[in-house]
Amino acid sequence: MEPVIQITREPLNREALLAAVAAPEVGGIVIFEGVVRNHARGKQIRYLEYDAYPEMAEQQIRRIVEEARQRWGAERVAVAHRLGRVEIGEASVIIVVATPHRAEAFEACRYIIDTLKTTVPIWKKEVSLDGEAWVEG
Amino acid sequence: MKIRVRYFAGLREIVGQDAETLTVPEGTDVAGARALLSARHSRLQPILERSLCAVNREYVPADRVLQEDDELVFIPPLGGGAA
Repeated sequence: MEPVIQITREPLNREALLAAVAAPEVGGIVIFEGVVRNHARGKQIRYLEYDAYPEMAEQQIRRIVEEARQRWGAERVAVAHRLGRVEIGEASVIIVVATPHRAEAFEACRYIIDTLKTTVPIWKKEVSLDGEAWVEG
Repeated sequence: MKIRVRYFAGLREIVGQDAETLTVPEGTDVAGARALLSARHSRLQPILERSLCAVNREYVPADRVLQEDDELVFIPPLGGGAA
């Protein structure tokens, strides 16, 4: 299937992403969901704000997913990333990988999220009780 | 020649705009454009120094020579987060 890639200001819809990767040949589905937590580097977080270079982010994610397809045969992948203000407990990113057997799904999902975090131009700002700052490295 | 510079995240907040057009001499590379932008917006300089660069949505080295109508974006370090 063509991968599903969403970069959106709307709340992420895990069920829709799961439905998008479903297929009769699938035997394992791994979901990574990154959620906003209430603390970071000793600060109390109020909420996060995400910004992206959207056209390049989508292109980079497409490339990462293609790499996962070649390395692990992950043919059915959905990636969604939220932009704008995201509250504590809400999902900022969801990656769903469906494969015939579970090992490839775990590997591919881990690869996609780790690579996404380091190469895709999406930034987050932590808004805490002390102030706000864009997070680097 | 003219190139288009787009700003995101912290860069956009510093500059106070999403994009601007920069007029540069033929043969200017990314490092040259970065120097021009640092001169124009002095508060950008530290963050530009630690940013990667993309031209037309691809990461490029600082010696990449710019062409008319290129889209130039500086990419400050990404959040990443602990695995």
